[in-house]
Amino acid sequence: MVKPVLQLGGIRKSYNVGSAVEVEVLHGIDLSIAEGEFCALIGPSGSGKSTLLNIIGLLDRATGGRLSIAGCETSGLDDAELTQLRGRSIGFVFQYHHLLNAFTALENVMMPMLVERGFSNDAMEDRAAMLLEKVGLARWKNSKASNLSGGQQQRVAIARALAMSPSLVLADEPTGNLDTGSANAVFELMQEVNSDYGTTFLIVTHNMSLAERCQRVFEVVDGNLVGDRYGKYPQTAATAE
Amino acid sequence: MQTLLIVTGVSVGVSVIVFMSALLTGLQASFLSRIFAAQAQVVLEPPDEVARPLRHAPGTVFLTISVKPSQRLRSIDQWQKVSALVQRLPGILVASPMASGAAFAVRGEVSKSVSLMGIEPDRFYRIVDLPGKLVRGTSTLEVQDILIGTQLASDLGVDIGDKLRVVTGAGANVEFTIRGIFDLGNKGVNERNTYVLLHTAQPMIGLTNGVTSIDVTMRDVYRAEDVAQYIATVTGVKAESWIKTNADFFSVVNSQKISNTAIRLFVGISVVFGIASVLVVSVVQKSREIGILRAMGASRAQILRLFLLQGAIVGFVGSLIGSGFAYIMLDFWLAYARRPDGTPLFLAEIDTRLVVATSMIATASGILAALLPALRAARLEPVVAIRG
Repeated sequence: MVKPVLQLGGIRKSYNVGSAVEVEVLHGIDLSIAEGEFCALIGPSGSGKSTLLNIIGLLDRATGGRLSIAGCETSGLDDAELTQLRGRSIGFVFQYHHLLNAFTALENVMMPMLVERGFSNDAMEDRAAMLLEKVGLARWKNSKASNLSGGQQQRVAIARALAMSPSLVLADEPTGNLDTGSANAVFELMQEVNSDYGTTFLIVTHNMSLAERCQRVFEVVDGNLVGDRYGKYPQTAATAE
Repeated sequence: MQTLLIVTGVSVGVSVIVFMSALLTGLQASFLSRIFAAQAQVVLEPPDEVARPLRHAPGTVFLTISVKPSQRLRSIDQWQKVSALVQRLPGILVASPMASGAAFAVRGEVSKSVSLMGIEPDRFYRIVDLPGKLVRGTSTLEVQDILIGTQLASDLGVDIGDKLRVVTGAGANVEFTIRGIFDLGNKGVNERNTYVLLHTAQPMIGLTNGVTSIDVTMRDVYRAEDVAQYIATVTGVKAESWIKTNADFFSVVNSQKISNTAIRLFVGISVVFGIASVLVVSVVQKSREIGILRAMGASRAQILRLFLLQGAIVGFVGSLIGSGFAYIMLDFWLAYARRPDGTPLFLAEIDTRLVVATSMIATASGILAALLPALRAARLEPVVAIRG
C-alpha cells in the first residue's frame, strides 16, 4: 500500500468572507494523490485551478475542509509551521521561472537550502551541482540566471524545486512560456525526475496533449472537481491499485 | 543601480557630516588655542572689597551713600589651601598660583608699562605653553631671570642676555637678565606680559608669600563655568571662567556648534528618508522574489532580517565611502585654504572616533530606515507577492 502524499477533504475557498459580496470559488474538493504519482490538473481559465494549487502549496489558506501533506494535517498549523512544512515538503515550479537574476544557476538551486539552513556550504554546492547535472545544465552552473535561455531557466527552476528533496512538486503552467521544443523537453525532464526519484508531481496545465501524458488527470470546472482519470503515462503501483 | 544610487547618497551625506565636523572641530581648536595661549580657563582672585555701612540702633534711620572702594592689590586668603583644594577636584589638570602687578620696564631712557607676573614654571607652563612660544632663548628661570614678549623686546631694543630693570609701585627696583623672548600671537600680550619666578615677584609687588590669582585648567574646557561657580561657592574666592570673560566668542562657538548639529541632523534625516524610499520601491519591485523566497520556506522573520540587513549594509558601506570622501575633501581644503604666507588657516583632522561613531550611526540609521519597508515585505502574503 503506497501512502498518500496529498489528501484533500472538502476544501472550500471563499473571498470577501462575511461581506455581501462573498464569493465561493472552490466548492468542496476531495482528492488524494499517492507518493510517486505524476498528475495533471486541468480546467478552463477561472475554474479555480491556481487557487487550488496555492492552497495545496500552503501559499493560501482554505476557508474550509482538511488538507494533509506528507502525512501532516495542516489545519491546526500556524504561519511559521506552515512555512516550515512548505519549505521542507513542497517544491514549486512557476510559469515564469522567478529565478534571482543576480545569482548564478548554482546559487539559485542552493537558495532553498540557504533558507532552510543547517547545510554546510560543501553539501549545498554538491547537491545543487548534482541537480543541475540531472537537468542537463552542469556546464551552465556558474552562469548568471539572466544569461540562460527560457528553457534553461525553467530547468534551473525545476532543479531548485528539487533542492530540498520534497515529497511533492507543484508546477503551475511550467511550460506556458516555452516554445514547443523546450516545453516538451521540460515536461520530459519532470517525468524523468518522477521516475528516478519517485517525486510526486501535480502540474497545472492548459496543454491537453501534455496532460494526457500524465498518470492521473484531475479536472476542475467552476470550482468543482469533475474528473479524475488515468492518462497515458506508465502507471505506478499506487495508480495500478 | 538603485542600491548604487542610495549608497552614493549615504556617502555624500556622511562625507558632509564628517568633513564639516572635522572642519568645525579644527576651527574651534584653533580659536581655543589662541584664547588659551595666554589665558587660563578659570582664574581665581580675591573677592572684591565692598564698603559695609555701620549698623545703628533699631528704629534709627540714616541715609547713607556707599562708595565702592578702589581695589587694592591683595593676596588670595590661604591661597595654598585653595590651590590644593582646586587641584583635587575631578577633571582639573593644574592649578597654578601667580603674583602679578603693574610695573615699569626700564632700559636707559625708555620705560614701558608692563605686567610683572610671578609664576611657578612647572605648573604655569602646563597652562600657557611658554616654552613652545619662545622665539629666542630658554624658558628656564632663575631668581633674577625674566621672559618678555617680542613687542617689548622690539620697543626696548633688547635681546637675550641683556639686562632689564623693572620698577614696581611698591618701590622695588630689580635688574633682570632676559632669558627668553616669546610670541603669544597677540601684540598687546607680547608688549605687556613679563614672567619671573613667583618668589621673585611676590616681594616686588608687596605681597610677601601672597598670590593675586590662581590659574586653573581642566580637561573639558566647556565645563569651565560650572567649575568656576563651584569653586567660588566652596572657597569664597572670585572665580571667572573663560566662558564669562569671552562671552561673545563663546556665543559664536556655541552658535557654530548648534548650526553644525542642525546641519548634521537634517543631512542624517535626508539620508534615512533616502534609504527608506529606495527600500520601499525595492519591496514593490522585488515582491515576486519575496514571494518565491516565502514559497521556498523563508519565514517572515528571515524576510524582515533580509531587508534590515540591506539597510545596515547600505548605511555601513555608504559611511565608509563617505568617510573616504571626507578625507579627500579635507586634504583639498588643507591644500588650498591657506594664509598669504602659505601656512594653513588652521589645522583640521578627522578623528578616527568620529569615523567609527558616524559609521555606527549610519548603520543604525540604515536599519531604522529599512524597518518599515522590511515590515511591509515580511507581511506580504506569498500568493499575493508572487502575483506581483
